[in-house]
Amino acid sequence: MNWRAVQAIYLFEMARAWRTVMQSIISPVISTSLYFVVFGAAIGSRIQQIDGVAYGAYIVPGLIMLTLLTQSISNASFGIYFPRFSGTIYELLSAPVSFVEIVIAYVGAAATKSILIGLIMLATASLFVPIEIHHPIWMVSFLILTAMTFSLFGFIIGIWADGFEKLQLVPLLIVTPLTFLGGAFYSIDMLPPFWRGVSLFNPVVYLVSGFRWSFFGKSDVGVVVSLGMTLFFLALCLTGVRYIFKSGYRLKA
Amino acid sequence: MPPIISISKLSKTYATGHHALKAIDLTIDRGEIFALLGPNGAGKTTLISILCGIVTPSEGEALVDGHDIVRDYRAARSLIGLVPQELTTDHFESVWSTVTFSRGLFGKPKNPAVVEKVLRDLSLWDKKDATIRTLSGGMKRRVLIAKALAHEPRVLFLDEPTAGVDVELRRDMWALVRGLRETGVTIILTTHYIEEAEEMADRIGVISKGELILTENKTDLMTKLGRKQLTLNLQEPLTAVPPQLAGHDLALAKDGSELVYTYDTQGDRTGITGLLTDLAAAGIHFRDLQTKQSSLEEIFVGLVSDRP
Repeated sequence: MNWRAVQAIYLFEMARAWRTVMQSIISPVISTSLYFVVFGAAIGSRIQQIDGVAYGAYIVPGLIMLTLLTQSISNASFGIYFPRFSGTIYELLSAPVSFVEIVIAYVGAAATKSILIGLIMLATASLFVPIEIHHPIWMVSFLILTAMTFSLFGFIIGIWADGFEKLQLVPLLIVTPLTFLGGAFYSIDMLPPFWRGVSLFNPVVYLVSGFRWSFFGKSDVGVVVSLGMTLFFLALCLTGVRYIFKSGYRLKA
Repeated sequence: MPPIISISKLSKTYATGHHALKAIDLTIDRGEIFALLGPNGAGKTTLISILCGIVTPSEGEALVDGHDIVRDYRAARSLIGLVPQELTTDHFESVWSTVTFSRGLFGKPKNPAVVEKVLRDLSLWDKKDATIRTLSGGMKRRVLIAKALAHEPRVLFLDEPTAGVDVELRRDMWALVRGLRETGVTIILTTHYIEEAEEMADRIGVISKGELILTENKTDLMTKLGRKQLTLNLQEPLTAVPPQLAGHDLALAKDGSELVYTYDTQGDRTGITGLLTDLAAAGIHFRDLQTKQSSLEEIFVGLVSDRP
């Protein structure tokens, strides 16, 4: 393994986050704070508790998960797409690094950034509502697994995209709606039976549910099922990345 | 000593069906400057891209210092530095950080002294903290060279290194390339500027339509394929070449005020003595004379245009 190369890429990507700190870190924190103001304080004060948890606190895991997904995807997709767009990918391809090392570095950096943002959001949320984490190890595990999985997904999007429009397409048109409909702001048990059934096809439900369970010990679906689904998505993304390695898809002629 | 680069039957067919390289065989010796000439689309960049790992070969084999570029790519690539044709840089990075990044990417430990030397050698030291986007095109080109040299490669590929740069920078680069060669670095450059190959290369390879049509020592190439011309500035203009001079390869130029004699430098005799004797006998006198050897460009154009 060329760990020095992994370190170089990782630090380069992290440096990019600090250079664009407004866009990378402050912006998601501000937008999440606004969610707390709107859903937590303004609307939440009129909503009863859900599963015995105050609504303001109930939405915290969902909000963190929403940001974790979108940030993981956008960090990783932009990280690999930009060198392709600018042409600096030549250096990566001509360096003595394997595709595995490239992925570890880019996905590692993207996941680190989104985990940091998730933790900052958690800290921000604790300013608005009292937060209690019943299963901290599970919480960290879900955080890391989800960040890794969706950073891998973002990496695949960054390789697939041939323009900035496509880079935004999947996060905007698929991931964000799925997250909003995935129980980020409500329990799917509140839905009529038909829509609850439909929701179970939404992968984000399992991520939010498992993550919420780690906070409150209560979930829409079993925690083992949530973990299993998260690992399934991880395996799916790894398969996609493996295909890119093997074929050189959109990287090598 | 074995060659630093050894290429055997290397071919590339792109997914579009375009046959960019056709069974290329080539060896490049250690420490030489090899210039690869060819028209646009001839396969120069494809060849370099394969050797550097950017493009996958369809067939054949290439070794860099004995390391197969596919099977043993880590060892092969760690010996290579590449300066691409396009000015592709990280616009928002500083010169120092991008060069340091390149060194790390090639698996080398941090060594600020090496990075400093590279930047100083390229007159970039004063700009080390500057953001790349603020630099001129010429400076960006230097940054690309610095990035390629940051890991102390033994082989340096320069793909059209002086495309679009001013004369001063071009001369600086030529000096830099010669300096690198003195440290034992092998240099392979592609260029459209024949003048560049003529100025710098030890050996020339001409590639056309994916085929390497010749590789030759530059001096030998110019001697073998070069023609020389003797131009005589006549005292009195001529309307036609006199019949008694018909045995010589003569042509009139500049409204008959110049007589141009073309001869083969490889021939046993140049025929100049006989020509001067015949001129005197024909009563043709000249004020001045000069000789001119065909340039590499003329040789190159001749080679490429002769291809079907």
